[in-house]
Amino acid sequence: MEQIIKKAKDLLEKNTVQVVIGYGEGSKNRVRPVFITKPEDAEKLIYDDRCIQNLAVYILKHEVKHLGKTGITAPYFVLRSILQLSSENQIKEGELIILGVSSESNLIEFPDFKSIENYVASFNLHITVQEKELIEKIKKMSMEERFIYWTEVFSECFKCYACRSACPMCYCSRCTVDCNQPQWIPVASHALGNLEWHIMRAMHLAGRCVNCGQCAEACPIDIPMNLLTYKLTEDLNEKFGMFAGAGATAEYALSTYKPDDKENFII
Amino acid sequence: MIEKKLLTKASLDNLVSKLLDEGKKIFAPVRKDKQVNFEIISSLKDMADDYILTVQSAKFVVFPKVEKLFDYETTKDGVKVKDIDIHTIPELVLLGIRPCDSVAFGTLNSVFTWDYKDNIFVTRLKKTLIISISCKKSDEYCFCSSIGISSGDTKGSDILLTEIDNSHYLAEIISEKGKEIVSKYPDLFETAPDTEKEKLIANVPECFNLKEISRNLGEFFQSDIWLEQSLRCLGCGACAFVCPTCACFDIQDECRGKSGTRLRCWDSCGFSLFTQHTSGHNPREVQSQRWRQRIMHKFSYMPDRLNVTGCVGCGRCSRACPVDMNILEHIIKLAEV
Repeated sequence: MEQIIKKAKDLLEKNTVQVVIGYGEGSKNRVRPVFITKPEDAEKLIYDDRCIQNLAVYILKHEVKHLGKTGITAPYFVLRSILQLSSENQIKEGELIILGVSSESNLIEFPDFKSIENYVASFNLHITVQEKELIEKIKKMSMEERFIYWTEVFSECFKCYACRSACPMCYCSRCTVDCNQPQWIPVASHALGNLEWHIMRAMHLAGRCVNCGQCAEACPIDIPMNLLTYKLTEDLNEKFGMFAGAGATAEYALSTYKPDDKENFII
Repeated sequence: MIEKKLLTKASLDNLVSKLLDEGKKIFAPVRKDKQVNFEIISSLKDMADDYILTVQSAKFVVFPKVEKLFDYETTKDGVKVKDIDIHTIPELVLLGIRPCDSVAFGTLNSVFTWDYKDNIFVTRLKKTLIISISCKKSDEYCFCSSIGISSGDTKGSDILLTEIDNSHYLAEIISEKGKEIVSKYPDLFETAPDTEKEKLIANVPECFNLKEISRNLGEFFQSDIWLEQSLRCLGCGACAFVCPTCACFDIQDECRGKSGTRLRCWDSCGFSLFTQHTSGHNPREVQSQRWRQRIMHKFSYMPDRLNVTGCVGCGRCSRACPVDMNILEHIIKLAEV
């Protein structure tokens, strides 16, 4: 961790960046995102097992951008998010100073996006044992059972949109649910409104989700909506051999046309 | 003077059965996986006994996340409106809610009866019997005492139970509704022993001077502190939706052809869409302005206009926030400015 603190301090002292986004101590043994703007505050940066929030969500935030050039503490899921944001033309190489952090809390410096690609390639998609069990259970259900399962799970949702807000890939300036001329998705959090929101969310993130799990982590009522995007990631990998967040210039399977695309699914 | 009685746990069990026999639905805190939330119970055994607070508040009983206000139909002669029949609102029992949540019903009431008496809300509240249980423990997110609420506060409850020991409660009979229960089931309630209630309830430390905060907040309107505090805020509505006093709502029409339904849905001042004008202009264009609104509304505007604080110090928003926006910490900081 000393390396990260030293680097952050150095960047701020030399005015290379005006803010470093990182993790700091929060309340009641929680950690929270911190925005370090003064070199002497760099000491507040920490990194341990509790640091699971995907800080990439702040890269495009108006108020953070307003502070100036940004440095970011980046464990592997943040790195993947950065690559994905780059592939979607949301950030350019060199725009951010990336303070890569290894699982041992050491600083990893990346000269370019290519080196990040090489680094993240060694990580498998992370999923907990309980999540894996739940996915297996859902896979064994019939289509009808699965529909009932998700309808029931989603019926609890009150649409606080914490899942959307915590997701670095949910950066649309106007989300479909916020459009009301015409109204595509019901605003009300009744069973239909909730189901439509969660299906739309999952489909919009299909193959774009980096599986950081922050949507479910942010959910105040513990809805495991991350399993839908996890499964979609598995499917896209199986069918197109792609992973979101693997490449800074990767083409997105669901919006890229190639003359040799398979057509055998069209009758 | 509030009448005091003794209620054994066996008698409470019995009371629950009797209320169920009357056909009443009883909501109580129930543990499901990692969370405790209000669910319908079928016996006292279903109720969790080791909770500080439920994740979600009890406000849904009087102010559901979605509720129908009326049906409408466009005809040749104009629009026909069919209000919901308030007689269909069922009688409910809320058991095991904490005193801060009971006080919150009064806060909500002051909003829903402010300039217009909302009959649906008022009827729901009237038809709810509130049997709350004093807090034996609190955690570092709790700050009810700073708002002037005690962990054994009687305000808003019909009956307040305070645990004396493993098998006895001190029952305070607060309202007419509470008295009706005692006169209906006199055998369940015994003569109260001489107990010091203060020794049985959690001692929540007072952390700030509420009056001073409310008086001074207006001066900080232009302060940089709002941006500083809200940089990490993600702009979701988790805080507002778990809050027992947040009462903002959005009116939605869901129509099919010429007929439809008007709904009232929870809304949050944390959303950018909350203040977005049709023109595209947004008077609260950044999150710091929305965060300021949340605090100002609760601690300045509501005390000014309704003579009530828009917060009961339950700390749910802090517990639910995905990025650890701790309201108590933020208010203490504001007090230091």
